[in-house]
Amino acid sequence: MSGAMREQSPFRRVVADFCANKVAVAGLVTLVIIVALAVFASLIAPQNPYDLAQLDIMDGRQPPGATSMDGLVFWLGTDDQGRDMLSGILYGLRISLIVGAGSAAVAGIVGSSLGLAAAYAGGRIEAAIMRLVDLQLSFPAILVALMILAFIGKGVGNVMLALVIVEWASYARTARAAALSERAREYIEAAEGLALPRSRVVFGHLLPNCLPPLIVIGTIQVARAIALEATLSFLGLGVPITEPSLGLLIANGYQYMLSGKYWISFYPGIALLITIVSINLVGDQLRDVLNPRLQR
Amino acid sequence: MALWLLRRLVQAGFVMLAMSAIVFIGLHAIGNPIDILISPEADQAERARAIAALGLDKPLWEQYWLFLQGALHGDLGRSFVFNEPALRLIAGRMPATLELAVTAVLLSVCIGLPLGLYAGLHPNSFTGRLVMTGSIFGFSLPSFWVGLMLIMVFAVTLGWLPSSGRGETISIAGVGWSFLTVDGWRHLLLPALNLALFNISLVLRLTRAGVRETLPLDYIRFARAKGLTPGRVIYVHVLRNILIPVVTVIGLEFGSTIAFSVVTESVFAWPGMGKLIIDSINVLDRPVIVAYLMITVALFVTINLVVDLLYTLLDPRVRLGGRR
Amino acid sequence: MKKVFASFAIGATAMLGQLPSATAQDIAVAVGAPITALDPHYHTLTPNEQAHAHLFDRLVETDPKARLIPGLAASWKLVDPTTWEFTLQTATFHDGTPFTAEDVAYSIARIPTVKNSPGSFAIYTTAIAGVEVVNPHTIRLKTKTVYPLLPVDLGQVFIISHNSGPEPATEDFNSGKLAIGTGPYRLVSYKPGDRLELVRNDSYWGGKPAWAHISYRFIPNEAARSAALLSGDVALIDSVPTADIARLRSDPRVKLWETVSLRLIYLMLDLSRDSAPVEVTGPNGEKLDHNPLKDLRVRQALSLAINRPAIVERVMENAAIPSGQFLPPGSYSYATDVPPPPFDTTRAKALLAEAGFPNGLRISLHSSNDRYLNDAKIVQSIGQMWTRIGVQTKVEVEPWSSYVGHINKQDYAAFLVGWGSSTGESSNPLRSLIATFDASKGRGAVNRARYSNPEIDHLIDEALVTVDDGAREKILMQGVRLAMQDVALIPLHEQKNTWATRADLTYVPRADEETHIFDLRPAK
Repeated sequence: MSGAMREQSPFRRVVADFCANKVAVAGLVTLVIIVALAVFASLIAPQNPYDLAQLDIMDGRQPPGATSMDGLVFWLGTDDQGRDMLSGILYGLRISLIVGAGSAAVAGIVGSSLGLAAAYAGGRIEAAIMRLVDLQLSFPAILVALMILAFIGKGVGNVMLALVIVEWASYARTARAAALSERAREYIEAAEGLALPRSRVVFGHLLPNCLPPLIVIGTIQVARAIALEATLSFLGLGVPITEPSLGLLIANGYQYMLSGKYWISFYPGIALLITIVSINLVGDQLRDVLNPRLQR
Repeated sequence: MALWLLRRLVQAGFVMLAMSAIVFIGLHAIGNPIDILISPEADQAERARAIAALGLDKPLWEQYWLFLQGALHGDLGRSFVFNEPALRLIAGRMPATLELAVTAVLLSVCIGLPLGLYAGLHPNSFTGRLVMTGSIFGFSLPSFWVGLMLIMVFAVTLGWLPSSGRGETISIAGVGWSFLTVDGWRHLLLPALNLALFNISLVLRLTRAGVRETLPLDYIRFARAKGLTPGRVIYVHVLRNILIPVVTVIGLEFGSTIAFSVVTESVFAWPGMGKLIIDSINVLDRPVIVAYLMITVALFVTINLVVDLLYTLLDPRVRLGGRR
Repeated sequence: MKKVFASFAIGATAMLGQLPSATAQDIAVAVGAPITALDPHYHTLTPNEQAHAHLFDRLVETDPKARLIPGLAASWKLVDPTTWEFTLQTATFHDGTPFTAEDVAYSIARIPTVKNSPGSFAIYTTAIAGVEVVNPHTIRLKTKTVYPLLPVDLGQVFIISHNSGPEPATEDFNSGKLAIGTGPYRLVSYKPGDRLELVRNDSYWGGKPAWAHISYRFIPNEAARSAALLSGDVALIDSVPTADIARLRSDPRVKLWETVSLRLIYLMLDLSRDSAPVEVTGPNGEKLDHNPLKDLRVRQALSLAINRPAIVERVMENAAIPSGQFLPPGSYSYATDVPPPPFDTTRAKALLAEAGFPNGLRISLHSSNDRYLNDAKIVQSIGQMWTRIGVQTKVEVEPWSSYVGHINKQDYAAFLVGWGSSTGESSNPLRSLIATFDASKGRGAVNRARYSNPEIDHLIDEALVTVDDGAREKILMQGVRLAMQDVALIPLHEQKNTWATRADLTYVPRADEETHIFDLRPAK
């Protein structure tokens, strides 16, 4: 676009560019609302869905709008344990965001750094890192989770660890691929010619130019991490079954799809869909805005 | 080049060694397969006999040593569950998985790439935005859920396609392939689509991102200014420049589609390798797990090797092997 | 959304309406569990045994209610206290060779020699000390001690041809080379993990089955299995998912067949230690100085706090009956005076207070989530119920593969397990679950709670040498009564086995969970 914009501070430029896309702004607003709902779930939710004493199986599988024996209205129905779906979704959102987005972020940072390091260093370091990637890719997620369960036991932290171990390799390979072709470009040669410190070359020059594919992978991997967490939890290898995440709610409700009790997996599914769509809208726009090569 | 290949081969050997050691130690920590497999009515003596029959009474290091000796002679052991050589079991399931994975990857490239190109070339058009938004559905809905919906719509409600299983096979050199029969294709279509959905979105989004960042580059402008036709600009210059990340991701996804398409294979009762590995993990069938992971290591090493070679073809600036 | 599902239902109805009629000779069916081998002596596993029952026969068979009926043996009798004589049917193997006593002797001899067996059938032949072929149609089996259960045990043993060679390999059964029995069907092909193709054995010695050709498919995924029935791809499915039962029952094109099974779902409490298990603490997490689970009043309270009818209705969707002992009513050795424990929270709280825990306890309750029908849901419901009487319960589930190792090592304070009494009488669960753990006697092998009661041990010893059925039943009933009064385990419910078929077929549901396609026939 105009040269004037580039005179502004980089942060303000990013903000201004981001706001240029109305859809992305809507996505950001939605995301902020979702995060707020998740953070304040315990204040908003009509029921504490993780407290067994508040649940009653006699309230199980009630359709949306039904009233419990204590007079509580289940606006979105209940699951098989008599858990209020609305409360379950709010609490579940929190776990899914922490576990899914958190592990995707950690995996992204670890994986991208290792990938960049491999591409930049070459030689033995590259070989070691990339074979580690091969090793990791060859391990099924469920086996990783089972081993973690056997060695260090259960817990939300351990689920995240399993997800990070499973996910980092895709980032590493993508980062290395992008960096390999960037490495040979003139500006890197120039930067090295100027004898800039290595870290500056990697993080100041190489990384920003490798970001676009990484952000694409990253936004998708958040969705993947949430889904994988759901699968692991459903198999009893993830979050506690009495404290279901969004993904686990969907997986639990899945078996009721044929019998027409759609609400058990449908509403958490919608909540997950909205979350992922808004993360992606924001991610797409961020990628365009942060991309040094998209001249505006 | 030959040296480079040789080095890769040696590295792959080390990866396999590391992997088998991890599996031996890990499975030992998880539990004893006899506890899972044995009849609940068996008494203590029978349990001890079964453990000894499978060699699980020996110390772990000795079991691993015996395994390594066998492996050197090409014997990866017999399945605890099926009492057949692990490699033969896996080989028997491989054709079903290969045809599913290849179909799914072809689908994702044939659908994802053109749509991504379109969305990248017309980022602000209605269709472009629609494609992008639509692609989000491809990866935000859990695949078991989508799989069941495909069955409900196309098999139960419309009755166009069979609900599950593999179709009629035709045997070539002792291996049955179902993609050679009409019935085979009818069975293949839904699971392949289910498996491809995620990859379509991934390819589509990566392509669009690549196109968007390549178009403003100097050499593309230059090519345009030179008066090259838009078609040639796109297919020769743009496409070539964006293929590296796309090829990387397709390579990765092809590998995991072959090795771990567990959800799709179980929802569609597809008798492939993905189901075998999950069943084997569920009963801690160590010989099958080790043999399977050896194969997946070989698979990923090969795929990543091919992908690395493709880099040099796609982008001559990429040099492999040496320190820059 | 509701409309979408309504249209699914209508669509399903329309599809089933177009199915070929049941007079066709070919049929496709789907079972939930794949087999691990076609070798009938390789692995004691119900999915294997039900598939083998199509190809092979046993000397003694069981009827749908698990009572013994003649199989390849037309009759049997005790000639002296340790010698059984079996008179054999006239039958031929699929390859045309006649069935004789040699085949029985060969099969019994082969069973302990099967290589790499992860679960040997030797547990059913171990009582046999000697085999004597009297003539081609008569065989005598000598037992080491007086052993009235021999015919019951032989009800698990398939007979293969003595022409199978010196050491028949499991692979040769899988390839079809040795999968030659006397059964109502012959093997056409076996695709592991996918299906068996079977054709009718037209020279079968028993009644003629209705179907000339069976496609016997394995569809482990529950939703996929139901969908296969609804789309008309298969005519019968077994282990109908409880979530789909109501939906299928309302569909006029589908018929459900169910019967109470011999499988009891129960909880066990850790009685193996006198000090408190780490998972059991006071109401505020404080350590206890003794194991409260050893106190009968605590065990009674935990049992009384469970609302069994609610679990049966809400969680099992009526695919179970509340239970107070090992077997369902009507079984041999069922103790009529031991009803399911009542649901009584007042008394439960009082008992806890009496035992010294007026403010309750904290406990962890474990379960697998892939082994028994709705196992993970049942423990969550019990978690609710226990929490209501003041026992704050932490519910934990994991796959059977890692769970079973823990319960075998007494790692858990409270855990859910199931037991199928394959013999249909109480000596079987008493011997394995309740008898004091004793490796030398082979007793209490899965007594994971390590419950021990010398009086019951003595009754079991007595029952196993009592030949008279009436006298033995009385002894067993007394054993059951004592175990249940002492809350050796907390019985929850007896599962129902459910099959769903096309509405134009009839099926005979079996208590032993086996699916027999030769019991599936066109409705008159």
